[in-house]
Amino acid sequence: MKSFPIGGVHPSENKLSREQAIEVLALPDTVTVLLSQHIGAPAVAKVAKGDKVLTGQLIAEAGGFVSSNIHSPISGTVTAVDLVVNGAGLRQPAITIKREGDEWAEGIDLSKEVVRECKLEPKEIIAKIQAAGIVGMGGATFPAHVKLSVPPGKKAEFLIINGVECEPYLTSDHRVMLERGEELLAGVTILAKALGVEKSYVGIENNKPDAIAHLQKLVASFAGIEIVPLKVQYPQGGEKQLIAAITGREVPSGALPIDVGAVVQNASTAVAVYEAVQKNKPLIERVVTVTGKSVKSPKNLLARVGTPISTLLEAAGGLPEDARKVINGGPMMGRAMVNLDAPVTKGTSGVLVMSGEEAERQPASQCIKCAKCVSACPMGLEPYLISKMSRRQMWEPLEAERIADCIECGCCMFTCPANLPLLDYIRLGKAKVMGIMRARAAAQKK
Amino acid sequence: MDKKLIVAPSPHVHGPESTQRIMRDVLIALAPALVVSVIVYGWTTLLVTAVSVLSCVLFEYLIQKYLIKGPSTIGNLSAVVTGVLLAFNLPASIPVWIVVIGALVAIGIGKMTFGGIGKNPFNPALVGRVFLLISFPVQMTSTAFSTEKLADVCSGATPLAFVKEGLKGGTPASELMAQINYGDLLLGFKAGSFGEVAALLLLVGFAYLLIRKVITWHIPVAVLGSMAVFSGILFLINPEAYMSPLFHLLTGGAILGSVYMATDYSTSPMTTKGMLIYGAGIGVITMLIRTWGAYPEGMSFAILIMNAVACLLNKYIKPRRFGAKK
Amino acid sequence: MEEWVEVLVWTVVTLSALGALAALILYFVAQKFKVEEDPRIDEVEKMLPGANCGGCGFAGCRGLATALVQNDDISALYCSAAGAETMKKIAAYLGKVAPEKEPQVAVVRCGGTCEKRPRTNRFDGAQSCAVVASLYVGETACSYGCLGLGDCVAACTFDAIKKNPETGLVEVDADKCTACGACVKACPKGVIELRKKWPKNRGVYVSCVSHDKGAAVMKACKAGCIGCSKCVKVCPFDAIKVEGNLAYIDPAKCKLCRKCVAECPTGAIVAVNFPPAPVKPAEPKVVAPKAEAVKVEVKKEEAQKAATETKE
Repeated sequence: MKSFPIGGVHPSENKLSREQAIEVLALPDTVTVLLSQHIGAPAVAKVAKGDKVLTGQLIAEAGGFVSSNIHSPISGTVTAVDLVVNGAGLRQPAITIKREGDEWAEGIDLSKEVVRECKLEPKEIIAKIQAAGIVGMGGATFPAHVKLSVPPGKKAEFLIINGVECEPYLTSDHRVMLERGEELLAGVTILAKALGVEKSYVGIENNKPDAIAHLQKLVASFAGIEIVPLKVQYPQGGEKQLIAAITGREVPSGALPIDVGAVVQNASTAVAVYEAVQKNKPLIERVVTVTGKSVKSPKNLLARVGTPISTLLEAAGGLPEDARKVINGGPMMGRAMVNLDAPVTKGTSGVLVMSGEEAERQPASQCIKCAKCVSACPMGLEPYLISKMSRRQMWEPLEAERIADCIECGCCMFTCPANLPLLDYIRLGKAKVMGIMRARAAAQKK
Repeated sequence: MDKKLIVAPSPHVHGPESTQRIMRDVLIALAPALVVSVIVYGWTTLLVTAVSVLSCVLFEYLIQKYLIKGPSTIGNLSAVVTGVLLAFNLPASIPVWIVVIGALVAIGIGKMTFGGIGKNPFNPALVGRVFLLISFPVQMTSTAFSTEKLADVCSGATPLAFVKEGLKGGTPASELMAQINYGDLLLGFKAGSFGEVAALLLLVGFAYLLIRKVITWHIPVAVLGSMAVFSGILFLINPEAYMSPLFHLLTGGAILGSVYMATDYSTSPMTTKGMLIYGAGIGVITMLIRTWGAYPEGMSFAILIMNAVACLLNKYIKPRRFGAKK
Repeated sequence: MEEWVEVLVWTVVTLSALGALAALILYFVAQKFKVEEDPRIDEVEKMLPGANCGGCGFAGCRGLATALVQNDDISALYCSAAGAETMKKIAAYLGKVAPEKEPQVAVVRCGGTCEKRPRTNRFDGAQSCAVVASLYVGETACSYGCLGLGDCVAACTFDAIKKNPETGLVEVDADKCTACGACVKACPKGVIELRKKWPKNRGVYVSCVSHDKGAAVMKACKAGCIGCSKCVKVCPFDAIKVEGNLAYIDPAKCKLCRKCVAECPTGAIVAVNFPPAPVKPAEPKVVAPKAEAVKVEVKKEEAQKAATETKE
């Protein structure tokens, strides 16, 4: 079984909602659409308080190339364009819309029929993807059109679709692959055409045999796509890890996937691309897994962007009495929330509720130099060392120890017998060192 | 109850590992060898082990409470492991008061001086053993047996000392070898510190530690491998003057040292490459001492010497970075 | 007998020879790698406090000492830990003009005690303000105030800043503070400011750094500045400005009259180290209705807050 070359851990999978078919969540009465729900510059609002909007209508325009358009997820009246409190409790600009019915903007094809053939030119495809505001839906929310616009002098050789879903608990991509397989593969074909690549791979972790079998059956009628089962090992779905697992090529330090000829897109993103190109449907809804051991009925919900997380929790049986931690995303890389009324964004792959002891960290003790973090690190770093150096603010040696390579996967902390908050400090150090590196690069350009 | 939501940076889950679990696994791995020691040397082994463990724990508790003034660390069982390992490095006939001194040196000087678990550069149990070996050479090298029958079977001197004396006296190695029964060595019917005895059961413990992922294979294999290569070369050059590799691997502290002492976390390197270099260094130094040194056994010294090198290995030997050219 | 004499003689001879050889090597190495250094640097370094706090901008005291000796104009070099007296002494020793700087003290501009600013969640990560600041709003609903995990405490080399477990805030011991600025740099929220040090450590300042709108501030904290500008109107010295919903008292203009303190509806403006008796009571006719109005507003906000809390 293929896997990435070094490190990794195997947390309990806990895929509680794997058998739950995708359910369409009832339309919310109001939505709060954050203007910054992607990596890059925030979008610029194009509507004002009191404006009437239709579902799928552009309401905020990308604030640059690395940015993304945002469309109205419902039809109704804009009630505010102002700061709202996000999941982390911080204030962020957003458009709030009150729903009146569900009237879609013109030109959006809502039929279920799968259209495989795409006659558009690569440039037209990318333009359509850009217009539809599609971003990476695995959680990193990097604008899709940026990855597809291969810089001059570089060439894409493979398209890799990330259907790994290595985060424990989450099953949204799994259900999408099972239930929307044909659209997904059609999306892959479109993405491959946009990139001009001959060969596409869909990497799926081996704990989803049903999805692998299903796609393998479908793929016979598509050219140039291969389904690759992967070993169940976290972080198999890390971009660099996935490329290495499938192609054997390792993205060098500081380089991008395109430097080894690879472009990676998430499985749900591929479906969104299909909808955008073939059906003119912008990215306004996504599948969100609502799960947790104490959640009454874990579910995979198709929710409109901007729906309050609390509404999703209600749909899954309500927030459990003993809930102590609510996580936006998976348990390895997700972000703990303080405001449960914060909205679903394009990158919300799951909502995980933790109760009781599970929600708390064990008290940290002393480092015993067991080197488990070193052998768990999928980037070949020494977490114990860079964590300590970050605490001591030794920025220069940290750069030499390649802290910038850290993908913040959390393997080191997961495995640490002393329960040390290794990654907490590494993140600080990484942010600081990358800031220094960027400043230096900018100074050199001048 | 406090119903406020908890917030922490990711990851939000933790593996089953804990310091205590690791130390408990080491103790489990050492248990079978202890049982054999009791059979071979009698109940005094249990007494020595108990005294060693209790005094190690007590000293760690007292030092942590009154000198370091920090929260108690005895719950992580590391002092128990040090106690057992120290006991395994002592002959069964040792007077109890010497064991207490050994424990004080091991914990007090070997471990807590540097700040406790994870910070000591030298293996505490070995610091204790070497201190005792130099201070009480007579008590440290005599051996008692549980039954007279066993005493007949095994010579009073340890096999290594017996062979060393023999070779010094000009007896050919083959003649000495004829007096050695490998089966006895494997099962533990021989003289020595009581943890050195049961090679086979120590290897069973090694397998357990590997399965539980407490240690990796790198250090033990590097130590034993380099010892085998070193002694093998000598043996090929002159089988009359040097003992066979198998003899060296089964005697003295080769297995106890390589599996349980050299792999001590805080005193060994953090990278696999470093571990291999470190292990090979221990093997070579052990063989140098055994072959040409004044002591019949050199494992303790070899480990302590390489302990001193471990931090350098950590500094200069880096793990294979992802994306680095192969 | 002869034998041990021989041993003794040889031992002495060998050891002496070794010693002589080592001395010779050391001498030549010292000669070869000798670094010419102004001896005055050592002297100046001795006069400095030796805390290596970095407040002067150099990595350590020796860095400053070197600069003091080598630069002709030392007006920009100042060790606030040493103070004016020592700087004068150093300048006199070097025969230069002593740099001058108004004495300063670190001030924690946050009044969000546990009582005034309720905790809305519990942080369970590494105990560092920087970690919290990079992750989320913090344990309260205020995204500007003191996080209370003591990055500044760890940064202070003079033991001048401590966390008060009752209030959850950090407090500066003005007598120990040398205004080196280490805490200012360490605070990820920019809560700490170096302000003019008045006699008897007195001071008047706005104990809040929140730029949120008044309603949002009150929702999160009862001691925050709501940007109402009452203090601006009452200040006779034009020392107060409100920018981005936050009042700021210019320490250069403030004369410690404390009129603003009485005027502030939330108590965000504080006067420290004054004798307990109040100055002049502010004219009640003007102030009372305003204060009341604000109080009503506060109550409304509280009710709202309670409502949201029960929802959660």
